[in-house]
Amino acid sequence: MNSSVITFPGSNCDRDMDVALKKFGFNNKMVWHENVDLPKSDLVVLPGGFSYGDYLRCGSMASKSKIMRSVINFAKDGGKVMGICNGFQILIESGLLPGAMLRNKYLEFICKNVFVKVNDKDNSYFKGLKKDILEFHIAHNEGNYFCTSEQVKEIDDNNQIALYYSDVNGNIDENNNPNGSIKNIAGIFNKEKNVLGMMPHPERMIDLLLSGEDGSIFFENLINNLK
Amino acid sequence: MKVSVVITLKKDVLDPQGKVIHQTLNGMGFDNIKEVRQGKYFEIITKEDDKEKAERKVEDMCIKLLTNLVIEDYKIIK
Repeated sequence: MNSSVITFPGSNCDRDMDVALKKFGFNNKMVWHENVDLPKSDLVVLPGGFSYGDYLRCGSMASKSKIMRSVINFAKDGGKVMGICNGFQILIESGLLPGAMLRNKYLEFICKNVFVKVNDKDNSYFKGLKKDILEFHIAHNEGNYFCTSEQVKEIDDNNQIALYYSDVNGNIDENNNPNGSIKNIAGIFNKEKNVLGMMPHPERMIDLLLSGEDGSIFFENLINNLK
Repeated sequence: MKVSVVITLKKDVLDPQGKVIHQTLNGMGFDNIKEVRQGKYFEIITKEDDKEKAERKVEDMCIKLLTNLVIEDYKIIK
């Protein structure tokens, strides 16, 4: 399985993602944002970080970079594109995912472990996953997902919500919403479910000694699904 | 030609920074404030001499990059 991780100026989770993908069997290539052509990929990952220093709006400048034209075409042809954290923001700004990101409700940068509940397994990212509730890490200032009431209805009707913030038992309520995100949304798909954006970082949970193993469960399952 | 644009969060989008500024101003004794909304201000100096053409260009910039229309409104200052 071939994967590509795009590095923008200011990306800082790109190498962690590279380590994670390789650990679970991907043949991963790092791609600089000024490249025009995407290497042959089964999965493209937009990593976390602070692309372009979060100027204007998080992800807005990166969404106009040269490589993104190829990533958008790749996604429109059905290619799998996953954006983590800043990568999620870039997917929103590029129009591949609906909505917008606001600053966290209490204006704090949040850096902690959270639980997320998988909403839907009828897609190539979560199909066959042996857990419903995962412990992932979040680290962001703008993760307060927002969309219009029409968009909420649309993503609900199309089952586009990928992950909810929850507690360890999967309860989805305000007490378990770290950033004010609408409906506790932690991740969404596009309509076709080949594009996934999520604020939590699975690549930070791939080693029991350092953190946890729920990221390992996610990546092992993902590569099996893409084979 | 200089074109000025103000971008603010839409009315129904929570503006926590505006709220905190409002509370701080209240604490300082400015007590007859109804609401504070924080925004962004851009000055775009174009090579265009025609005012209308310049403003149309800036409007296009607003739609394509400067604003996210899901959460923000833009206003070209006349």
